[in-house]
Amino acid sequence: MAKKPNKPIIELKDVWKIYQMGEVKVVALSGLDLAVSKGEFVSIMGPSGSGKSTAMNMIGCLDIPTKGTIFLDGKDISQMNESDLAQIRGQKIGFIFQQFNLIPTLTALENIMLPMIFQGMPRDERMAKAKKLLKMVELDERMDHKPNELSGGQQQRVAIARSLSNDPEVILADEPTGNLDSKTGNTVMDFLKKLHKEEGKTIVMVTHDEDVAKNADRIEYLKDGKIVKVLKSGR
Amino acid sequence: MISDYISLSVRSLLKRRLRTYLTMIGIFIGIAAVVSLIGLGEGLRVAITSQFGFLGTDVLSVQAANINFAGAPGQGAPNPLQEDLVDKINKINNVDRAFGRYIGSATIEFRDKQKIEFIVSIPGGEDRRIFERMMNLKTQDGRLLTDQDTRGALLGSNYHTGTTYGATFDRPINAGDKVLINDKQFTVVGILENKGSFIFDDAIMMNNDVMITEGIKADDGTVNIIGVKVKDVDQIEQTRLDIEKLLRKERDVKEGEEDFTVQTPQQALESLNSTLFAVQLFVTIIAVISLVVGGIGIMNTMYTAVLERTKEIGIMKSIGARNSTIFTLFFIESGMMGMIGGLIGIGLGMSFAYGLSYIAGLALGSDLIRASISIWLVLGALAFSFFFGTIFGVLPAIRASKLNPVDSLRGAK
Repeated sequence: MAKKPNKPIIELKDVWKIYQMGEVKVVALSGLDLAVSKGEFVSIMGPSGSGKSTAMNMIGCLDIPTKGTIFLDGKDISQMNESDLAQIRGQKIGFIFQQFNLIPTLTALENIMLPMIFQGMPRDERMAKAKKLLKMVELDERMDHKPNELSGGQQQRVAIARSLSNDPEVILADEPTGNLDSKTGNTVMDFLKKLHKEEGKTIVMVTHDEDVAKNADRIEYLKDGKIVKVLKSGR
Repeated sequence: MISDYISLSVRSLLKRRLRTYLTMIGIFIGIAAVVSLIGLGEGLRVAITSQFGFLGTDVLSVQAANINFAGAPGQGAPNPLQEDLVDKINKINNVDRAFGRYIGSATIEFRDKQKIEFIVSIPGGEDRRIFERMMNLKTQDGRLLTDQDTRGALLGSNYHTGTTYGATFDRPINAGDKVLINDKQFTVVGILENKGSFIFDDAIMMNNDVMITEGIKADDGTVNIIGVKVKDVDQIEQTRLDIEKLLRKERDVKEGEEDFTVQTPQQALESLNSTLFAVQLFVTIIAVISLVVGGIGIMNTMYTAVLERTKEIGIMKSIGARNSTIFTLFFIESGMMGMIGGLIGIGLGMSFAYGLSYIAGLALGSDLIRASISIWLVLGALAFSFFFGTIFGVLPAIRASKLNPVDSLRGAK
């Protein structure tokens, strides 16, 4: 069958997430197993309520599982405290959100520099890097614009540039085209594919749009908190 | 790194400019009150201290208890000191010399411009020299008074150079000038050297008997103050007690119910200072209360900011901000509100205090109301306001830092 993949950069083993909502227990993940190798582009698809977002939060170190283990780059993050998780998020993960999630008071350039500030990068260095990243997403002309002065597609490109600012191991994209029309959505997807192909970035993307999901090497279908089907893309 | 955080915090504050200013009003009113009132109080204290500073340590003053707060010392006493007390005090052991003095007020007119001022008497005869030495009287222009000067007056230095002339008369008064005192013509025989005290520098001095004959002091056998010079300074407390005992007997009052005071200048100063301190303390307490209210305003604003920016906090956490980073950002924000509020407050307080003392100087021709704002008061007020801003910012900042990244990204409150 398929060749043995490289050592996985992300590995979820029997991950459970149970939320206590008052009296009711809500099982969001029920024994999720997932492995993503370095340099892979994986889509996670599933209907709403299937646990996509929870899975995303686990991989992104935004939350820790109730049960099970998560390895990121060989490190078990399932028992870490919030401060260490924040550190790992800052260094190893780049987020791209459906709603772009730029800081409204900061310019495009400053938004890209923000994760580098949190990592304590010197000013000159982060300035140069942010400019380079803006150039890569072809927005160097819009450097000093605030998010509300940019179109949706432009904001998402700034967000992509931001996600790359600390050279993360993994880029996590949560419905990256969900708020965009199909044309701008395609442009954004082109940037992601370029990152994957040219820069060799590992990308995990959550989406409910099959056409978007097909851009990935592999599509994992999630239902009721676990993977039910794996599909190789036709590429 | 911290400068980056400061700039981020400033951005957030400027984004909500109106709310930031409104919140800071609470702080700057409190700080302005502290700075101006303590500054003026301190100025008053310095002024009063300097008035007393020239007096020797070997002098006691005896006064009847006053009923009015304003006016010259010894005036308006319901039971004034009788003149014969002077001789009786003179007989007390360790008393070198005691003499009665008159203090009154009169209109002084020069070139059609008038002003009301204190008039103090200078004793005649052989007491004159002792008094002059005791008070270290010297003239910068003209000469001192003699027993023959029935129409002569000695003026303080301000009539010649200082604030009184500047605010009232159109030219300096010199020795030899004629002035009208209570509409009667006097010749200015001399101008005293500057002493840095309004008691001397604004004073009009004339001979004891002239004050009586010219009707400035009623001829009723009473004196306003008895000045006592002691021989041995080490015995001054005993002498004070002896004088008190004599006065109790003469005035027929019991111990503890004295309607007079016998004080050294230092004691008089201390009692004034303690009153002033109480006033300053009271004012400070009120100002601190207003600062607490201002601080609660900051707290309220910061809690609102945490709610409003829940999502922003979530975003920052997702891109690598730790709890401590979020705490620092919010903490700096509230501290800045405190400190900027403090800076504005200090500016307002200083302009109020200096403005008031300037206006008082123009209106009253006196430098008694003046502001004395030390660098320590300014630094203290600044530290205090920053402290208040941060203290009241701690809880909201903790709340912000503890937000769960997943919930806050969803914008859940």
